[in-house]
Amino acid sequence: MKDKYKIIEHEYDVVVVGAGGAGLRATFGMAEKGLKTACISKVFPTRSHTVAAQGGISAALGNNGEDDWRWHMYDTVKGSDWLGDQDAIEYMCREAIPAVLELEHYGVPFSRNPDGKIYQRAFGGMTTHYGEGTAQRTCAAADVTGHAILHTLYQQALKHEAEFFIEYVVLDLIMEEGVCRGVLAWCLEDGSLHAFKAHTVVLATGGYGRCYFSSTSAHTVTGDGSAMVLRAGLPLQDMEFIQFHPTGIYGVGCLITEGVRGEGGYLTNSEGERFMERYAPHAKDLASRDVVSRAITMEVNAGRGVGENKDCAFLHIEHLDPALVHERLPGISETARVFAGVDVTKEPIPVIPTVHYNMGGIPTNYKAEVVTLKDGDPDAVVPGLMAIGEGACVSVHGANRLGSNSLLDIVVFGRAAAIRCAELIKPGTAHKPLAEGSYDKALARFEKVRNAEGSLKVSEVRLNMQHTMQNHAAVFRTADILAKGEQEIAKVRDSFADIKVSDRSLIWNTDLVEALELDNLLDLSLVTMAGAANRTESRGGHARDDYPERDDENWLKHSLLWIENNKVKIDYRPVHMYTLTDDVEMIPPKKRVY
Amino acid sequence: MVEFTLPKNSKVQQGKHFPAATGATRIKRVEVYRWDPDTDENPRIDSYEIDLDQCGAKVLDLIIKIKDEVDSSLTFRRSCREGVCGSCSMNVNGKNTLACIKPIADINGTVKIFPLPHMDVVKDLVADMTHFYAQYSSIKPWIKTQTPAPADSERLQSVEERKQLDGLYECVLCACCSTSCPSYWWNSERYLGPAVLLQAYRWINDSRDENTGERLDELEDPFKLYRCHTIMNCTDTCPKGLNPAKAIGEIKKLLLVRQEG
Repeated sequence: MKDKYKIIEHEYDVVVVGAGGAGLRATFGMAEKGLKTACISKVFPTRSHTVAAQGGISAALGNNGEDDWRWHMYDTVKGSDWLGDQDAIEYMCREAIPAVLELEHYGVPFSRNPDGKIYQRAFGGMTTHYGEGTAQRTCAAADVTGHAILHTLYQQALKHEAEFFIEYVVLDLIMEEGVCRGVLAWCLEDGSLHAFKAHTVVLATGGYGRCYFSSTSAHTVTGDGSAMVLRAGLPLQDMEFIQFHPTGIYGVGCLITEGVRGEGGYLTNSEGERFMERYAPHAKDLASRDVVSRAITMEVNAGRGVGENKDCAFLHIEHLDPALVHERLPGISETARVFAGVDVTKEPIPVIPTVHYNMGGIPTNYKAEVVTLKDGDPDAVVPGLMAIGEGACVSVHGANRLGSNSLLDIVVFGRAAAIRCAELIKPGTAHKPLAEGSYDKALARFEKVRNAEGSLKVSEVRLNMQHTMQNHAAVFRTADILAKGEQEIAKVRDSFADIKVSDRSLIWNTDLVEALELDNLLDLSLVTMAGAANRTESRGGHARDDYPERDDENWLKHSLLWIENNKVKIDYRPVHMYTLTDDVEMIPPKKRVY
Repeated sequence: MVEFTLPKNSKVQQGKHFPAATGATRIKRVEVYRWDPDTDENPRIDSYEIDLDQCGAKVLDLIIKIKDEVDSSLTFRRSCREGVCGSCSMNVNGKNTLACIKPIADINGTVKIFPLPHMDVVKDLVADMTHFYAQYSSIKPWIKTQTPAPADSERLQSVEERKQLDGLYECVLCACCSTSCPSYWWNSERYLGPAVLLQAYRWINDSRDENTGERLDELEDPFKLYRCHTIMNCTDTCPKGLNPAKAIGEIKKLLLVRQEG
């Protein structure tokens, strides 16, 4: 095999996989600390999906009303339905303030208040005084905050002369006896293969929304790094928790930010009723996302949906001042016009809960180190491997992420990864040679998929997977539907053995890229379905019709999911019910009401 | 001897034709530029008949449908599918645009899809963007200040000052504007082109940046900036509705004011 492909070897202190917000923040953080760092990405950095984040980034700056990072922490713990690790949440919410100020200093074009400070808007689940009032905590650059932040982070990476390998597809981790030694990657431009040796590999590869038929995710959101972790024999965590964003555009799935409701927008049903007042009397349209998505689904199920098929809800902003809409919501105005044919100043937008975010992912501690359950130790660090961003499960989002906490997550933990690498690695430390055959397995997989001569199109299998996930792991779940889903998804996954890749080239072979991505998505679908079937309670984004209550006695724990011999193995890690410092008390579980 | 015809291997030839599936109800003819770097063959135009009743509304939906169902070797970049990432820039019926936000309904007759003009083609619709990106980094597109940032707060910027960035920072670096500019076609090795100049102006115009003088010095060059002849293709083609031509005009104005100082 090795003779067939010439493999170019590289040596770096650190290799970052992925160039979204988390990957970029980590990359130039490492460069700043003198570590020789390569950032490998399958797309040019500013094409990464961070670019699509709209509403903003949370931090208790208190620019638009009183605020405290402890309230932010409380909201995040409550939003997570107590599945979040409180040490990590404390770290994130405390670090939020310097992290956002740092972004501003980097040049992010935040919207401004009359006093010249960063403008902050209201967002779902963000409160003051531990649930009493409404917080304005979400720092916004109009409604294109992700774009503003991603471009700024790329600019900082240019400033620090970080080294990029762009349009390289990472195929797999190079693992030797439980230690990560680097990655194997494929350059699309010239078809060459590359082995990157690194003292630490940082996976910043994002979520896997494309498992589903209807998703706000970009085509490239295929959870590549998470699937590599599964193939390395390591577990993923809490994969059953998938966030449905309440307001994806009906039919196309494009995101309409929660910031719309933060600016005064609201939802109605076919009777013109503002139904959120019934489901969340206090927070109403600004309840957290899982609550609002369930409410819309229940309205539709009760026959009160709008539209031709009565299967969506209306999102209104036509009552807002057009000048305000123009200044603060220009992006979604354009998106609604292009994709729903709607003039938001005159008519409502038809919206439907749409797959948006993966709370689960690669388990890590708050220093971004990947952990696993090993010999009874639930926090055993995997040497040489880190994960950050949506692909990681720190876990700061637990069972449900609050809007504007993900842009925060990526910068805080991107920075944390750089800090930890600087502690662990002396720049320029020599590399041991790789063991003979250390990337044979990865190469064999590549070769097999490249020459696949079966009867099924990649697109066919992908569509089967997406429909299966959409039908069997939706907003509401039951044992029957999930059990059927487990069988179905296993079948679809098996059918991958019969795919056909027609393009044989090594240069820009996107037929092969899509096949490799599909392979990744299928593994992730398998563990997602298994996790959902296994968890017999309702918590955050995981709502079981047959187990409608949260069950802290049995389920206040993280699921760990491995794939062994094509079967999912499940075990657990305890939730960190303790804080990092004495500056704040642990928040004990209580009923979650908005 | 002057040669007035294209080199032999550049001539675009007629390619394969893929007729509509049986039972198609609303057929649209789509022509797509194809070039395979692994063979010695010339580029070709493949044609496809696609049933619009079984297809999404945008040009990107068309080519994804072709890739998914007709010819999986068709190669193009795409990601966000909502006009924010800038991946799927290409030339559609003579105009550069983002395929994901270009409605098929806007196109009368055959849909004709080509890579961005005057760029080296890597494969099919994938253009080589290396030089474009290098030009972007050449203008040092990051904030430069002499004054240290305040330790515990943001740099202040008034609402008015912030407004100066609207229409500039939203650029998605799709290169539609630069590759529609005849002046850029002719002098792209030295002329920065509209997209990069728009970004240069974004930093010149940011009240927080303290490097305006040096930025202007860098641009005061017969090629980098002054190859703009106000042809305005850039502004006409920008799929995000931005106005690079105006930004270039503003830079020229600033240089003039400075000269007269």
